[in-house]
Amino acid sequence: MRSKGLTTMRILKALAVAATVTLGGLTSPALAAGEAPPPPDTRFSFDGFFGTFDRGSLQRGFQVYKEVCSACHAMRQLSYRNLLDIGLTEEQVRALAAQFTVTDGPNDEGNMFERPARLSDRFRRPFANEQAARAANNGAYPPDLSVMVKARPNGADYLYALLTGYKDPPAGFQMQDGMNYNEWFPGHQIAMPNVLNDGQVDFADGTQATVSQMARDVTTFLAWAAEPELETRRQMGVKILIFLAILGGLVYATKRKVWADVKH
Amino acid sequence: MGMGLHNSEVKNPVLRWVDQRLPVVTMIQKEYGTFPTPRNFNYFWNFGALAMINLAIMIATGVFLAMNYTPHTAMAFDSVERIMRDVNYGWLIRYVHMNGASMFFIVVYIHIYRGMYYGSYKTPRELLWMLGVVIFLLMMATAFMGYVLPWGQMSFWGATVITNLFSAVPLIGPEIVTWLWGGFSVDNPTLNRFFSLHYLLPFVITGVVFLHVAALHVTGSNNPLGIEPKDKQDTLPFHPYYTIKDSVGIVAYLAVFAFLVFFMPNYLGHPDNYIPANPLSTPAHIVPEWYFLPFYAILRAVPDKLGGVVLMFASILVWFALPWLDTSKVRSMRFRPIARIFLFLWVISFFVLMYVGARPAEQPYVFIGQLATAYYFLWFLVLLPLLGRLEKPLPLPESISRAVLGARAALPGGGPVPAGAAAKPMDKA
Ligand code: HEC
Ligand code: HEM
Repeated sequence: MRSKGLTTMRILKALAVAATVTLGGLTSPALAAGEAPPPPDTRFSFDGFFGTFDRGSLQRGFQVYKEVCSACHAMRQLSYRNLLDIGLTEEQVRALAAQFTVTDGPNDEGNMFERPARLSDRFRRPFANEQAARAANNGAYPPDLSVMVKARPNGADYLYALLTGYKDPPAGFQMQDGMNYNEWFPGHQIAMPNVLNDGQVDFADGTQATVSQMARDVTTFLAWAAEPELETRRQMGVKILIFLAILGGLVYATKRKVWADVKH
Repeated sequence: MGMGLHNSEVKNPVLRWVDQRLPVVTMIQKEYGTFPTPRNFNYFWNFGALAMINLAIMIATGVFLAMNYTPHTAMAFDSVERIMRDVNYGWLIRYVHMNGASMFFIVVYIHIYRGMYYGSYKTPRELLWMLGVVIFLLMMATAFMGYVLPWGQMSFWGATVITNLFSAVPLIGPEIVTWLWGGFSVDNPTLNRFFSLHYLLPFVITGVVFLHVAALHVTGSNNPLGIEPKDKQDTLPFHPYYTIKDSVGIVAYLAVFAFLVFFMPNYLGHPDNYIPANPLSTPAHIVPEWYFLPFYAILRAVPDKLGGVVLMFASILVWFALPWLDTSKVRSMRFRPIARIFLFLWVISFFVLMYVGARPAEQPYVFIGQLATAYYFLWFLVLLPLLGRLEKPLPLPESISRAVLGARAALPGGGPVPAGAAAKPMDKA
């Protein structure tokens, strides 16, 4: 009996060590990837294991994307219909999509034609191709933002820090032409200018459009865009873990019963 | 019983009809029902069953992913995002498959360690062990090629780095690499063949798993004492005792798995793989998936490319020789207090290598990696062979039942077990 307890402990210890070392080793390469320090921890509505997206923040964030970021950044994984998930009504989304013109075709005469966007259309891209995007941005390429939050270590914290991290370069810092100093961008020189200024957009719900508010909202929107399944996933996860806990209890009790009269 | 029919004891007439002609029911009854199993397993003995379940989960989710995935450099990345967004429960299927690969390696690493600690590789189970090593190699190939499929930055650059290793082969190295790529760089032909092989290999694994289990059912299982069962007192029928004990393990495993999938699905992955592959932009640090890190560290511990490649492959191939490198007559490390310490050190060296593999190739990591690599091989090639001869093991119990039930209850008779003696195939009650 004693040796059995010991073995169990040993197993648990081995597993604990394995888990710590493994997980430790896994988070670190991410940090090693950038020369910028890890971004500070920002609180978001979707943080933690039970967080959800604040609908108001999502809608304001979409407005910031539409009015500011979409001038340079595409989001090719999203369609207008996806906006139904951030709490807009179907009429609102239809009207919104109709503001954009997309190319369709060929028609029966074999010609391409323009028409207002529909729910099923992907978000319109600002540039026809990468070359056009670079030509308009001093040779730099504004990356697609659809999965940006998943594509950077501490994605949401990093985005918020980046958008609020424009500063004057420290004395003696050599800036290249057309680059901007940013505290949180790896290497500190980013081709994207500071695009957020206080009062830049007019929020319909009366929220003050401060830089940090806009940064927080657009980050929330981009986090949703990267993981639109997040809320469903967590809800399902809670149910499944509760189910497994109950099942585990029952199975364990059965095991105790089966083994009750067997010494082992 | 008619002429040439199997003598079936199944009651149900339909099943009986089948069983007389193809005795699968009898076989399942014999191999998973009455199969005599040592009564003293601990929870380490769950991990084989867990690995089987994991394989089934990978195949099930993989087949559904393949229905919606497009193996083309221009479309692969987006097709994975379509799966995540537009396929019903696509995110679930993909996250289960993705984290399933990690779970598979966690389970198999523990399973392998169990074998090392309790000497399960020793005679008569050498071939069983070696088939396990084959499965592990196939798993590595499968996971490596699977990771290329979503065609993110790490997919592309990982594939480039690993395929490039073959250029170290003398004389024909570069030709081999071109042949692997199907061109002059990792490109569409590479992606296509990797997809094909990624679909194929799991079924090869299934075949080898079948052989692995067949071999197990010839020798029977080892147990924490490492002595062979001698009579009925030493064993229990597999069902219900181990079906229920495995079920406990399965639920615990599913809980860990579910936690990963539902609450931190991307934690074990690398953010760079959500950047579409770009042959013109090399990531700052190219790191493989966590389960390859120890071997990656061994590769980088050697300044010479060919030397590194050889050592990396040797670090796994040496497992094949384990039954012969271990000269001890005693299987279980429970009775080898000195060897046990050095085995723990080996486990630590494995974790150190895992840590070093994730770091950039600079000091002090390179040096630490070299130390750990040296110990990794020292254990197998020097310490294990020597300790088997030098260490005097603790006295072995006379039998499993004596160790478990205590001296009073144990049956009379039956001298000390000749340790490591070739066991007769167990008498299948
Ligand atoms: C004037 C064009 C322009 C606008 C407007 C713009 N960006 Fe950018 N953005 C760029 C360019 C160019 C880059 C590439 C920077 C580089 O690689 O140096 C970039 C890069 C980025 C990056 C990637 C940083 C990294 O780690 O690689 C993020 C995130 C980003 N922008 C977010 C936004 C958000 C959010 C908005 C709206 C609030 C926005 N951008 C508005 C031009 C723009
Ligand atoms: C031994 C079992 C298997 C292992 C270890 C394995 C491993 C992997 C890994 C690590 C990935 C990359 C995950 C990611 O980052 O997205 C992957 C992707 C993929 N696998 Fe598997 N796999 C296995 C079996 C299968 C099978 C049997 C199939 C098909 C029948 C399959 C089909 C796919 C497809 C289509 C992808 C690309 C989609 C994606 O990246 O999510 N896999 N696999």
